[in-house]
Amino acid sequence: MRPLHPVSPGLRTMLGISFFVLFIAFWAWITLGGHVNRIFLADPLSMLRDGWRLLVEDRFWLDILITIWRVFGGFVLASVVAVPIGIAMGAWKPVEAFLEPFVSFARYLPASAFIPLLILWAGIGELEKLLVIFVGSVFQIMLIIAVKVGSTRRDLVEAAYTLGSTNNGIVRRVIMPANAPEIAETLRLVLGWAWTYVIVAELIGSSSGIGYMIINSQSRLATGQIIFGIIVIGLIGLLSDFAFKAFNRWLFPWSLA
Amino acid sequence: MSKLLIDGVSRTFAGMRGGQPVKALMPVDLAVAANDFITILGPSGCGKSTLLRIVAGLEAPSEGRVLLDGKAVTRPGPDRGMVFQSYTLFPWLTVAENIAFGLRERGMAQKERDGLVASYVDLVGLKGFENHWPKQLSGGMQQRTAIARALANDPEILLLDEPFGALDNQTRGLMQELLLGIWERRKKTVLFVTHDIEEAIFMASRVIVMTARPGRIKSDVAVDLPHPRHYTLKTSPEFSALKARLTEDIRVEAMRTAGAQPAEA
Repeated sequence: MRPLHPVSPGLRTMLGISFFVLFIAFWAWITLGGHVNRIFLADPLSMLRDGWRLLVEDRFWLDILITIWRVFGGFVLASVVAVPIGIAMGAWKPVEAFLEPFVSFARYLPASAFIPLLILWAGIGELEKLLVIFVGSVFQIMLIIAVKVGSTRRDLVEAAYTLGSTNNGIVRRVIMPANAPEIAETLRLVLGWAWTYVIVAELIGSSSGIGYMIINSQSRLATGQIIFGIIVIGLIGLLSDFAFKAFNRWLFPWSLA
Repeated sequence: MSKLLIDGVSRTFAGMRGGQPVKALMPVDLAVAANDFITILGPSGCGKSTLLRIVAGLEAPSEGRVLLDGKAVTRPGPDRGMVFQSYTLFPWLTVAENIAFGLRERGMAQKERDGLVASYVDLVGLKGFENHWPKQLSGGMQQRTAIARALANDPEILLLDEPFGALDNQTRGLMQELLLGIWERRKKTVLFVTHDIEEAIFMASRVIVMTARPGRIKSDVAVDLPHPRHYTLKTSPEFSALKARLTEDIRVEAMRTAGAQPAEA
């Protein structure tokens, strides 16, 4: 094979699908063929059957909805706080000097380790779930946006000054629009991470949500349900990512034109 | 009184990591009359762009001062329009919105803006492209928009820093004629930095030749070729004579640069 040589779109799709087929075939072979104990790993067919039963009988779709609400709630909360601060850090160097060391430190604090503390503070209700996602996302968003804003093209800033922009005008009519697509991309990335935090939050001290269903299924050794739950998370994550991408493309046609 | 007065302006950059400070620009004195088209010609790295940036207010001189209409320049402002060598259109604004940028910053009403923008779109021959994004334009069209954007502010002086440096030869020739045509009709004080000798002569009423770094003015040559100028002028004997003279001037400086600082960008 020639290195770096592009592959045709048709072949690309086919190759992509074939890995899924192989993966599922392998899974079916080790489970249905009796190579692993059913208690530890359900086969694909019973996974689908368990999933269907979950949706129809156990009203699992309510859990899905509540998890989605938590992810978006926590994510929106984090964005509302972090985006303006991130922009301020990137635009004004004293603000950055003031906040950057703390934020850099805070973003390495694992959100999951905060769960016991957050439960003490906020109980095991919705607020606690939102806070886990908030803690996990807010510092990341701030820092990435500060870096992006800090690398705004200087020649655009200079051009704006020679056209009469004030310092305020530079921030609002150059720095912000110039970085808007990057900021949106950052949010898309962090939304993906928020999906990880929500499940962790739901595994501990929860009575609803996809994560709760998973931990609940573990005690009943319902591995089919667990796998179904994991796949649902993956699918929703993928869908929200696509939607976010399409939204960004619609919002910023100039960055792709 | 001269429109622009550059009075003993020099620039020294602090040394890197405790090294010797670098003198980029020796003290320069230059008086520019209103509606003059001045080209500043010099080898790469001679400090001609630094000089222009000081006039624009984007950099502060180490010594000396710049006066525009008798007032000292301390920071960039809309009275000194600038066109950069790099493409500096705002990518999130359309051609028309880019041209309107300065007017909007000034707080001009939309209605008034639209009329002005249309006339400048026309001036640089971009009718039909008003709603294009910068990314959809060729380099020449982007620079035409940048010129219109700077002119729309009706600046006292237009500063151009090798505006056609990144363009191919044919486009560059057309852009020179376009800009000169605008100047011939509208009269504006222009400071145009270039390292292209032909361009410097063709555009200018006066060519300022700068020495190799640290830059200072080496010669000041009046160009008395008639207007309107047409590209065929570039093959006339008078033009060739000027070109021969300036080529010699620049060659000496370029060789000095090459000898002293071969890695100069």
